Amino acid sequence: MVLPASVMARLAWRNLWRNYRRTLIMLLAITVGVWAMIFMTALLRGMVDDMVNQGIGALPGHVQVHALAYRDDPSINHSLPAPQKALLDVLNSDQVSAWSSRVKVPTMISSEYENRGVVLLGVDPEGELALGFDASDIIEGRFLSGPDDRGIVIGRKLMQRLETRLGKRVVVMSQSPANTIADRGFRIVGVFRAELEGREEGIVYAGRDVVQAMLGVATSVSEIAVLGHDYRSPEVLASSVRRVVATDVDVSSWRELDPYLSSMTWVMDGFVLVWMVVIFLTLSFGLVNTLMMAVFERVREIGLMRALGMRPAAIVYEVLVESMILLTLGLLAGDLLAISTLIPLEEGIDVSKLSQGLEMMGASSMLYPLLQWQDLLLANTVVIGLGLVAALLPALRAAQYRPVEALRKT
Amino acid sequence: MTVKRQNGRAFALSFRLAWRNIWRQKRRTWLTALAMIFSNVLLVFMISLQFGSYEMMINNTLGLLSGQVQVQRAGYLEEQKMRQVVDNVDELASNIRKRFPEASVAARASAFVLVSSAERSFATQVMGVEPAHEPGVSSIPGLVAQGRYLIAPDAAEIVIGRVMARNLKVIVGDELTFLGSGRDSSIAAGVVRVVGIFDSGSQDLDRSLAELPLGYFQDIFMMHDGGHTIALAFDKLSAVPEVIEPLSVVIGEQNDLVVLDWEALVPGLKQAIQADMTSAWFMYGVLIILVAFSVLNTQLMSVLERTREFGVIMALGIKPRRLALLVLLETFLMAALGFLIGVLLGSLVTGYFSQVGFAYPGMDEMAAKFNMSALMYPAMDPFSLMLGPSVVFVFCLFAAIYPTLKLYGLRPVEAMRAV
Repeated sequence: MVLPASVMARLAWRNLWRNYRRTLIMLLAITVGVWAMIFMTALLRGMVDDMVNQGIGALPGHVQVHALAYRDDPSINHSLPAPQKALLDVLNSDQVSAWSSRVKVPTMISSEYENRGVVLLGVDPEGELALGFDASDIIEGRFLSGPDDRGIVIGRKLMQRLETRLGKRVVVMSQSPANTIADRGFRIVGVFRAELEGREEGIVYAGRDVVQAMLGVATSVSEIAVLGHDYRSPEVLASSVRRVVATDVDVSSWRELDPYLSSMTWVMDGFVLVWMVVIFLTLSFGLVNTLMMAVFERVREIGLMRALGMRPAAIVYEVLVESMILLTLGLLAGDLLAISTLIPLEEGIDVSKLSQGLEMMGASSMLYPLLQWQDLLLANTVVIGLGLVAALLPALRAAQYRPVEALRKT
Repeated sequence: MTVKRQNGRAFALSFRLAWRNIWRQKRRTWLTALAMIFSNVLLVFMISLQFGSYEMMINNTLGLLSGQVQVQRAGYLEEQKMRQVVDNVDELASNIRKRFPEASVAARASAFVLVSSAERSFATQVMGVEPAHEPGVSSIPGLVAQGRYLIAPDAAEIVIGRVMARNLKVIVGDELTFLGSGRDSSIAAGVVRVVGIFDSGSQDLDRSLAELPLGYFQDIFMMHDGGHTIALAFDKLSAVPEVIEPLSVVIGEQNDLVVLDWEALVPGLKQAIQADMTSAWFMYGVLIILVAFSVLNTQLMSVLERTREFGVIMALGIKPRRLALLVLLETFLMAALGFLIGVLLGSLVTGYFSQVGFAYPGMDEMAAKFNMSALMYPAMDPFSLMLGPSVVFVFCLFAAIYPTLKLYGLRPVEAMRAV
């Protein structure tokens, strides 16, 4: 006897609701489990995505070009000539969305009261904005107007520490290539804020031409920051740049520049999978239990069906269809619940109470959940796939009954 | 027979009955217990690992430099201005030492300078320290990899980090000049000899910290007898809350000084732990709820399938309350089984990793960020071992409430007729 699929489905459906309480509790458990898989993953993805964006914004760029020794010894002695022909061609090609060359040196900045060590960036403001500096982060004054702007833009926190304010002068001291002290007074023309306090305290922006003149380095720069289109594949961009630069030039992707961030992204991928499997395993005990009970209650009935000529394979099939329906219903409800709880959180979750702790991890104080369809797919695949494997146990058990013995059972 | 003994015997009977009942459906009981065991093992290990890594994170972070408690001028933590001085810092430090003989106490002062070698110049923080007392508070003196740590309290000597030494291109014995401003904003400059190079493992610190003897620092930076902080370290972090009060008494009301504990000194540390705790407990909560569902299902089934049996018993005059107690007792036994086996297996797993250490791929980079070694050691104490399973236990008992309530709605005659 071979039952058509539609009959099988109806049989499974009816069997499922014979004990509606048990089925409902199991459905509820699957729903909660699936919700937790997707919800938690979206929160984590949001956090890591934000960390990567912050990190790439801080570098900045997906790829950076330096003189070979610069990364280990960030001194003006290790600088690059301004980009020429072949490199310019690559930088202005389609695979680059923005680039800028900058002078980047450690300096000491002094007001009349205090001094601090900071990183001085000599930039072309246009390039900096294209690389991701957000003009709305300027909370007082203005950003630089061009590479020849003689002003300086400092962070809010640094301004407090130096006890200075917009319009005041500060002195910046650094080392020239000949190891004499190069210094210059700058007027503070702008104050910026940043998500991470460390940036507000540790970075100042000045015009590139002005910094080059102060240090006496003509048109040399410390680094060229290059932004591609997708942060996930910086290597392609890095290798096109590498092809056109001299051998004493170092081209690194953000993954090499910030190994913490890089490891974060793939540790998170691993964690998401582990989390889903752990949830599923916890669910699986209940699932197997529910199906087992359902099979045991029906021993006599299964015996009868077998006696009437139903093959063991069909019994396995029926139990699997039953669990498939259960899993699919639970998945639908869980998916819907997850999506509907994530939508109101799109505006971001304010976690500023823990901002300093999150800053240690490199995350900012707003958490934006990020629901990726890949994660949704992964959760559903894990539940359906492993769920059917788990259901095999009771299904095979059911098919093992010998018709005559099973019929005798009470 | 007294009523009490009668109750006792009735309880022993219920107990035996409950034990037998849970084994009537062996497979179901084991599957339910397995759900508990699985989550308990996971919880025991994860929570112990969390506590172990928090401890390491706190000890390593505080032990490197900051100490557990600091005395500073109010506002110094936030603004770190040169003139926010603790006057008479040596005397105050020795008063504190007398009051807390068990603690390590070290006075410090700090400034930002431009430091130059023959070839290079960099801006950096320099810290004036007491060579005799600093090793008790900070691990940096012990991490000197080349040369030696400071000895004399007022010699023109400096100890710098590994990265700074490389960037300045200096070795032990070379001279450095530095330029900064003193307490009165006058120019402060000096020539010092590099006597040691430390390797703290933290790139940032190795790049940006240098230590000078406090006496010399005070001379050059016009500090007179002042400093900026007094750092304290105790054997145990748990000693900290008890010393805040007496320490405030020692420093007195004068001078606008404050006592700051580690939570105030490194607020990010506590918050990072809280953030991690919050997300971890969300996950544990989900696991625990799923296990509770499993128990709910099992107990509901076991009540429903005994409807006839319970009907008969109730017809014999047994009150629903006794039956409810029986079902609760069954749940209790099942949860206890999950608890015991879970804690036992969990402790074995945790014990193993607390000996050999635990690592996962990608851990190196993360550990470095939080001053941890690349191997984590779970904490093996009763609290961290029992915490998770205890919560599971309680939730499983809660899960039995709904099935037991069903008993109160049973009508003996109808129940006896149920299939």
